[in-house]
Amino acid sequence: MTTNFTPPAPATKRVARWIDRRLGAADFVRTALNKVFPDHWSFMLGELALYSFVVLVATGVYLTFFFHPSATEIVYHGSYGPLQGVHMTEAYRSAIDLSFDVRAGLLMRQIHHWAALLFLATMVIHLGRLFFTGAFRRPREINWMIGVTLLILAIFNGFAGYSLLDDQLSGTGLRIAYSIALSIPVVGTWIASLLFGGEFPGPDILTRLFIIHVLLLPALIAVLLSAHLFIVVRHKHTQFAGPGREEDDVVGERLWPTYAAKALGLFFLTAAVLCLLGGVAQINPIWVYGPFNPAEVSSASQPDWYMGWLDGALRIMPGWEVRAFGYEIPNPFFPAVLLAGITFGLLYAWPFLEARVTGDRAEHHLCDRPRQRPVRTALGVATLSFYVICFFGGASDVLSSTFGLSVNAVLWTFRVALIVVPPISAATSYRLCRDLAARDGLTLESRVSFREIPARLLGRS
Amino acid sequence: MTARERVAAISFAVSTIASIVLAVVYWRGGQTQAEGVCLFVVTGGIGFGIVNWAKHATPHDEVTEARHSLASSEAWFEEESGKLTGEGTVGRRRVLVGLAASALAAMGAALLFPIRSLGPRPGKDLKHTPYGDGAVRVVTENGEPVRATDLAVDGIVTVWPEGHTGAPDSPTLLIRTRSSQQFKPRDGREDWTVDGLVAYSKLCTHVGCPVGLYQAASGLLLCPCHQSTFDVLDGARPVFGPAARSLPQLPLGVDGSGYVIARGDFSDPVGPGFWDRDR
Repeated sequence: MTTNFTPPAPATKRVARWIDRRLGAADFVRTALNKVFPDHWSFMLGELALYSFVVLVATGVYLTFFFHPSATEIVYHGSYGPLQGVHMTEAYRSAIDLSFDVRAGLLMRQIHHWAALLFLATMVIHLGRLFFTGAFRRPREINWMIGVTLLILAIFNGFAGYSLLDDQLSGTGLRIAYSIALSIPVVGTWIASLLFGGEFPGPDILTRLFIIHVLLLPALIAVLLSAHLFIVVRHKHTQFAGPGREEDDVVGERLWPTYAAKALGLFFLTAAVLCLLGGVAQINPIWVYGPFNPAEVSSASQPDWYMGWLDGALRIMPGWEVRAFGYEIPNPFFPAVLLAGITFGLLYAWPFLEARVTGDRAEHHLCDRPRQRPVRTALGVATLSFYVICFFGGASDVLSSTFGLSVNAVLWTFRVALIVVPPISAATSYRLCRDLAARDGLTLESRVSFREIPARLLGRS
Repeated sequence: MTARERVAAISFAVSTIASIVLAVVYWRGGQTQAEGVCLFVVTGGIGFGIVNWAKHATPHDEVTEARHSLASSEAWFEEESGKLTGEGTVGRRRVLVGLAASALAAMGAALLFPIRSLGPRPGKDLKHTPYGDGAVRVVTENGEPVRATDLAVDGIVTVWPEGHTGAPDSPTLLIRTRSSQQFKPRDGREDWTVDGLVAYSKLCTHVGCPVGLYQAASGLLLCPCHQSTFDVLDGARPVFGPAARSLPQLPLGVDGSGYVIARGDFSDPVGPGFWDRDR
């Protein structure tokens, strides 16, 4: 009998060892947990998008247990009084039942919708942060393009999601989407017919949208999101310049334990805000809109916010179209297809365009401050102002009825603003950047005179 | 326990209690707002607790990590890529590589055929509505035929060809204009109206929304989606907004019993434009 007694290792250690003996993962995990992340409030915007996506998947899976994406016509005899005896599709009825008869169903539906809005919002702000700090430059061009792709997929998936319910508003949205597809030169009629399974409304669109919404696009998003995060780890995060923060280092906290804990906490806080919104802030009350009837539409039909710029562009576009040789390019093609194509084409191309213009093809790991790049900042602000005007243009009818103005006057204001405001905001932000940079320069000189701080510590210029 | 740790501990405790309350609310029949607030406290308590813990109870050493260039060394890259692409051997097999590439391209094209099954050949449906099948009475959404005298001055009603009530491509606006209003018929459509009654497709020529708002005094039809405006008295010509074409007009008539009929299909394909609309 030996009396050698070794106290048992803690359970976590035993589990870790069990895994390591089978996967040899200890080295990898240690490297990963030691990873250093710089701290800045703007670096958590992408995280918020990630956490919204997690909430979207969780609530979305729950919703699929109750939703029937079927265009079969039925008559409603459920618990919601005002719709008694109304003809509707099974899709709409199942969404109504989910909202009124499934305990916690409405909560899940509303959290899901709010999470989608937050997902898109944080993605767009995240994109703005990357643009204005130049975080798309070499070596990050690939990750920038993955990010733009994620944004496009998320927009499509958001639209597919709220179009499933087959209420009056979503049906109107689908009809507009059909018409936009139809407007594409040469192949438009084919694309519309193949997508909808025939002439609008089409017998198959709901079932097809459903599988696109719950499988195809989320899977693509999940794969690209993983690649996006993997590349961030591979590159190591960018940082703002500061004492000891150079191009060739990264200063911050290690992933374990502090950063991981903060991230986990942020996930729960994001979820908390979404739960509160889903509980108390009504969103997309489809029982008010009623089932889709192709012969009707209500005024004040606005899409979800991330489609607002497109709806606004459709409204602001003057009534022109191209007709020649017996063929035509319909009006919606220009604001909806061409503008969207240019928008995302420019986003994809921006890192390469800028490198070409500036001739700067070096690696960059320090973030620019917007004022350091007045031209880029001015172009970015001008572009943003363009889309913001489009966005508010999408509410032209609401604005005119709220403020008692004529629809025509409001629309003409937007048409003029769309041409006038972007150059003005570009000029203003250019001047602002130059002035701010000049002020920094003064500070630099006056401080250097009595304290010899290397210029690089105060940001590159 | 520091003050911060105490805050974290209280957060976790509050979260746990909220979970129990949530269970009770659900058990007693559920209530969306209460559930939402409970879940807010549950997740918020955990999040707040963890963040407090992380901010004040874990180490906060700022660490500097070196960055290394991501690119491999030039020499190594040359050598390895040379091995992989088999420099010198590919040249001899250029024909084979070309054939393999064209086989793959052909497979890509072949895979397009199943996609063709997704929908019917477009075109014919887009240019015709059930009105084209021959003279037909127009009916309201309840399926009732309309007498020319049923509609008051300034009145507007949505109708369909009889037997096709609710058909998505043929909702039609039947409007009675005022006798004082100067109706200007298009050339060749002088006999398309009956007793001040005029009929246009309800589908906007912009993106196909139903044009539902009628300002009788000015004779203007407004689309609620994107505010295209059409002049009912002038062939439903677009006078404002993004629509570029007039609403298609329906030739009206009256049958022996005094009911309003459509004598044929619309003057143009209804709804939004498309590439070969005029062909």
